[in-house]
Amino acid sequence: MPLIKNGAIAEDAWQFPADDAPLPGQGPVAISLERWQREREVLQARRAPLGLLVKSDTQVEDFAADLAEFELIALDFPTFRDGRPYSAARLLRERHGYTGELRAVGDVSRDQFLFMHRCGFDAFQVSSGGALEGWLRAVSEISIWYQPTGDPRGALGTLRHRRAAAE
Amino acid sequence: MKLDIVSANRLTDGRVVYLTRDDGWSESIIDGRSAATKEESADLLADAERAVEAGIVVAPYLVSMADDGGAFAPLHFRERIRLFGPKHNRDGGQPAGRVA
Amino acid sequence: MYRYDEFDHAFVHQRVAQFRDQVARRLSGELSEDEFKPLRLMNGLYLQLHAYMLRVAIPYGTLSSRQMRCLAHIARRYDKGYGHITTRQNIQYNWIKLTEVPDLLADLAEVEMHAIQTSGNCIRNVTADHFAGAAADEIEDPRLWCEIIRQWSTLHPEFSFLPRKFKIAVSGAAKDRAALRVHDIGVQICRNDAGEIGFEVMVGGGQGRTPMIAKTIRKFLPKAELLSYLESILRVYNQLGRRDNMYKARIKILVHEMGADALAEMVEAEWRQVREGFVDLPEAEVARIERYFAPPPFDPAAGSDSGLDTARRADSEFDRWLEQNVDAHRQPGYAIATISLKSDGGVPGDIDAAQMEAVADLAERFSFDELRATHQQNLVLPHVRKGDLYELWQSLKAHGLAIANRGLISDIIACPGMDYCSLATARSIPVAQAISARFQDLARQKDIGDLRLNISGCINACGHHHVGHIGILGLEKKGVENYQITLGGRADGEAAIGAIVGPAFSAEDIVGAVETVVDTYLDLRETGEPFIDAYARLGREPFKERLYAAH
Repeated sequence: MPLIKNGAIAEDAWQFPADDAPLPGQGPVAISLERWQREREVLQARRAPLGLLVKSDTQVEDFAADLAEFELIALDFPTFRDGRPYSAARLLRERHGYTGELRAVGDVSRDQFLFMHRCGFDAFQVSSGGALEGWLRAVSEISIWYQPTGDPRGALGTLRHRRAAAE
Repeated sequence: MKLDIVSANRLTDGRVVYLTRDDGWSESIIDGRSAATKEESADLLADAERAVEAGIVVAPYLVSMADDGGAFAPLHFRERIRLFGPKHNRDGGQPAGRVA
Repeated sequence: MYRYDEFDHAFVHQRVAQFRDQVARRLSGELSEDEFKPLRLMNGLYLQLHAYMLRVAIPYGTLSSRQMRCLAHIARRYDKGYGHITTRQNIQYNWIKLTEVPDLLADLAEVEMHAIQTSGNCIRNVTADHFAGAAADEIEDPRLWCEIIRQWSTLHPEFSFLPRKFKIAVSGAAKDRAALRVHDIGVQICRNDAGEIGFEVMVGGGQGRTPMIAKTIRKFLPKAELLSYLESILRVYNQLGRRDNMYKARIKILVHEMGADALAEMVEAEWRQVREGFVDLPEAEVARIERYFAPPPFDPAAGSDSGLDTARRADSEFDRWLEQNVDAHRQPGYAIATISLKSDGGVPGDIDAAQMEAVADLAERFSFDELRATHQQNLVLPHVRKGDLYELWQSLKAHGLAIANRGLISDIIACPGMDYCSLATARSIPVAQAISARFQDLARQKDIGDLRLNISGCINACGHHHVGHIGILGLEKKGVENYQITLGGRADGEAAIGAIVGPAFSAEDIVGAVETVVDTYLDLRETGEPFIDAYARLGREPFKERLYAAH
């Protein structure tokens, strides 16, 4: 499954062990919130980068206090219809100031990229081949947005303000 | 006797079509290939699924037909509406009420 | 009315190009129907019984003549020469080809229109009082706020995959003509004790299979904070609305399950955080949009003798139309004219291309180039000089559009039903036609008085049967259509859900049953008592007795 990060195909250094699987000896791992809560000390003692794989029914407030521990938050879309991770992404970026990698995993298609991008996702685990070309096209399809989000690019409030200032 | 035929909507324009005896799709129900047994009905659907894969039609399904030697017509009123179009829309173009 | 600036234009063109690409990918086989369906729905494109159906947004029901002419062009060029005004103040076309939709959308974009978010689990086209900016009982024109909500909700990155569709309506008048209380959010412009203007916010109304009346969660919201408050409601709903069962996914179920007070508390808690960082409604932007909704250049001299009384005395047919279809305007010397799209035996809400063009011309001549679509599936010329009313009426008459039945029993709201809709369980249109034929005599209708009759062809209630004084719900039972009657529903400020009166009627019997309900009312009413008041006094029983007496 290709990983697209910051507009390019990226190597994925992260491992996602199942909850009942042993932790790999080394390297970055992303675990569930339950495992993090259960094995916190063991995970911290590994002295390797930690990530969290978050289910869509989890509230951001349930792990917001621990955000400094994580370099990766992967938000899972069980189906494209499940829009909860969009809210979670904005809360992580805009309310809790999370600056690490924010990855969309699960049912992720190119026609959702634009929305995800605007909500603060910067990495996408996609299922199809030829993904990069599609992604590059998808993110340039719309360049103007009516809403302010954490991502200031192309937000109309700013654009109109800039035009007014130039007049 | 009850027969099945397969109906679907054509991908490009959404129009109602029926799977024909020569494995094509026709807007005329008269061209429809009918199935009298469960096996034949399953074959019809399998052929229709291939047309879905090929991007010709959308959402095919079996339509039960009355075949009493007289009119060859769908049993259910929904399918009769699909076949004949909105009844009030007599000339196919004008909203009713303005059709004299 | 609002005009696009260069950014709005660029945006809509980008959206057309994006959809053109999505259609091309579908036709080439790159996208399956399962993958394409949510994409086409987000652009108002359905696959119905006979063809694709495209629902075009008419934001808060406001149209210019140029836009109306484009809608006529679309009816002719891409459809069978007519369109259907919907209960969300939109217009839909029934015979669209998928291959032609991108070109159709490009034509629409030229007149600043689109089909964005007329379907799908997102924030739908925002609706408003169709007399906005004209009504005599208005505190303020709600369309400024509708336009602000339209822009904010358009391709909202966080709220495009909600648990279910989401409908917002805004009214600025004392009388609720926008059915606020059966919306996911109803926004009422109001004054607080200090005399400041703001919003009362109602949440959790809706129809469908579990109809509910919205509850007020905030009595007064300062104007400048509308978007941050809406964003807070939507965020709570997006996170907590049920996703396990599509019939329980609307916000009304969340309100019902957790209680309006608990939801209000959560929204307020979220809002305290959201409002801190929310910056996108600077005064300059509000002022920019507000300028587009400035009143048209009314003639201050229009208030003097308009010759109207002479015309009324001379022409009784005109007089009847005036009494039934014309409302008071806030500006002296002007009036609001409703064009009924409920012709005798016609399809409620249908209008053909020639009529669209005629109405566009009349709007240009008599109403400062402005038109409205109503959720009752009629059109409105909002700003007509009283002195022009007689001429306007004569022109309408020539086009078969001077039907003096607004608010009467033949002014029926009806969904397309099974004549077009793939979700329907029964037909609506033939029932509407038969009822309007049975009550053809306008004098009889007038005697019956104010009566809302609404028909839905399935439990999804697009025909608003729950809030009809008389509601009709078409169902299927063992392969046969039958029709259930509800009584006592209303969509106004005293909104109520109608009560089922008893077992359903066959297609043959439904018109007679409606007549029995009406006759019962006529027998039992007190002098001057409208149907809905008589029902409130009498309850269901006398109607039930008469309806089922013979059975």
